Amino acid sequence: MMRAWLTQHAFVFFHTLKRLIATPVTSLLSVIVMGIALSLPVGVYVLMENLESMSGQTTGTPQMSLFLQQDAQQNDFDRIKQRLQEEPHIVSFQFISKAVAFKQLQHSSGFSDVMAGLARNPLPDAFIVHLEHNPPEALERLRTVIQDWPEVAHVQFDSEWIERLNALLQLGRAIILMLATLLSIAIIAIMFNTIRLQILTKRDEIEISKLIGATDSFIHRPFLYFGAIQGLAGGVTAWLIVALFIRVLNEELVVLARLYEVDIHLQYLSLQDSMSLLLFSAWLGWLGARISVASHLWQIEPR
Amino acid sequence: MILFKNVSKRYPDGYVALNNIDLTVQTGEMVFLTGHSGAGKSTLLKLIAALERPTSGTISISGQNIAQLKPAAIPYLRRKIGFVFQDHKLLFDRNAFDNVLLPLQISNFDSKTVASRVRAALDKVGLLRKEKSMPIALSGGERQRLCIARAVVHRPSILIADEPTGNLDVEYAHDIMTMFTSFNQVGVTVLIATHDASLLEDKQHRILSLRQGKLAA
Ligand SMILES: Nc1ncnc2c1ncn2[C@@H]1O[C@H](COP(=O)(O)OP(=O)(O)OP(=O)(O)O)[C@@H](O)[C@H]1O
Ligand SMILES: [Mg+2]
Repeated sequence: MMRAWLTQHAFVFFHTLKRLIATPVTSLLSVIVMGIALSLPVGVYVLMENLESMSGQTTGTPQMSLFLQQDAQQNDFDRIKQRLQEEPHIVSFQFISKAVAFKQLQHSSGFSDVMAGLARNPLPDAFIVHLEHNPPEALERLRTVIQDWPEVAHVQFDSEWIERLNALLQLGRAIILMLATLLSIAIIAIMFNTIRLQILTKRDEIEISKLIGATDSFIHRPFLYFGAIQGLAGGVTAWLIVALFIRVLNEELVVLARLYEVDIHLQYLSLQDSMSLLLFSAWLGWLGARISVASHLWQIEPR
Repeated sequence: MILFKNVSKRYPDGYVALNNIDLTVQTGEMVFLTGHSGAGKSTLLKLIAALERPTSGTISISGQNIAQLKPAAIPYLRRKIGFVFQDHKLLFDRNAFDNVLLPLQISNFDSKTVASRVRAALDKVGLLRKEKSMPIALSGGERQRLCIARAVVHRPSILIADEPTGNLDVEYAHDIMTMFTSFNQVGVTVLIATHDASLLEDKQHRILSLRQGKLAA
């Protein structure tokens, strides 16, 4: 029984593939249309993912830099450490001596020539403080407290740009969601219509199958397969379009990266995101077919 | 057993095709149904396979009331029945073999045995050499025989034939009747609607006669 069931599904699957191949131009056209539609939100999503990962791991948790007076000594450092440990709202902190900072700056390309020309190290000793998520006012209060410590020359708050970036990313997510929703509806509509036309051309087959005892699921199955396979093909097309787009952008970025001596390149869709894309597109195709089948097949009742 | 009790069928346009039919067909019986054109023969046969629903009355098959069958249960009723349609209802987009294959696909038969079953059915109606032919390339009589092959391929327990010999010459009509009789001999209940007087000469079997939607004695 199980094997008969499997054979049946395999049969419908290959039969559907054959049908897709039998009308290559029509199939290809609708697959391309679906691919382009899906590639828009996916493309924006990939760009955002890259922006997010480029902005560093610090994204999300606010951070503060404490620059010390030029003449600060080891006992000053210890005092500050002590006080930071007593402060609430601080997740962790990290001491960066002027020597370490100088070396880091020398290594991070772009500045090496400038640094070589300097007679002495102009950088101050510093603490980098990672903070808990807090309302901006609370963080601002903490900043004023620390600013009053005598050893501290300057406190720089790094959360403003993070907040701006977050707001930007939020906007990006809203755009993706809107694009994805609209284009998903478009794909469902395309599939609805494709299946409607197929049902019309297969009217006899459907009617006769019902006359001799076909269940509804037997009759629905080929159309649902058709929708899912074509949706999947649309997803693959979207993936290829986005991959091509990243490749082209990366080639441009190589030139840019060489000019600025920085290493930037865009990541492709992750394995997990790729799988989600393919599953989702197959599901969209299936859903369009499902709705179409539900709204058209009941009209073909043998009477 | 097929049981009709006070069955009437009025079509949506108001025409009463069957009027208060009472009828019993025993399991394993072979029955002929005759009557003038428009008497309601096809309508009566369609009611058995739930291809039409009665307006009133009850129809039961092996104790199951067809009139109250849920839509989801209807396919399983139809699979127990082999139906030879008056207008054949063949699929013109596939060859003879695939036409006969359809009932087996529908009822999920194991793929290993289907090909031999299809060929056996085609062989019975003398169409084995035409298995690759499309229905459009078959003669009227060949199409009729193809329809019969499709009706018997899944070995139904009830065989219903609506004018199965309408387009056949005497010799083939005789062969077909022999085939139906042999089905009946292995326990299949057989109902045949026909005008064909030569078929009715056979006195062994019960003949029901319809007139204006009523059963005549
Ligand atoms: N779907 C329908 N809608 C309306 N009237 C119908 C329908 N089907 C059949 N009828 C009418 O019901 C009556 C009986 O039809 P039916 O097909 O049962 O006759 P029959 O005995 O099989 O005739 P024939 O020997 O010509 O096949 C006819 O007068 C026909 O016009
Ligand atoms: Mg008739």
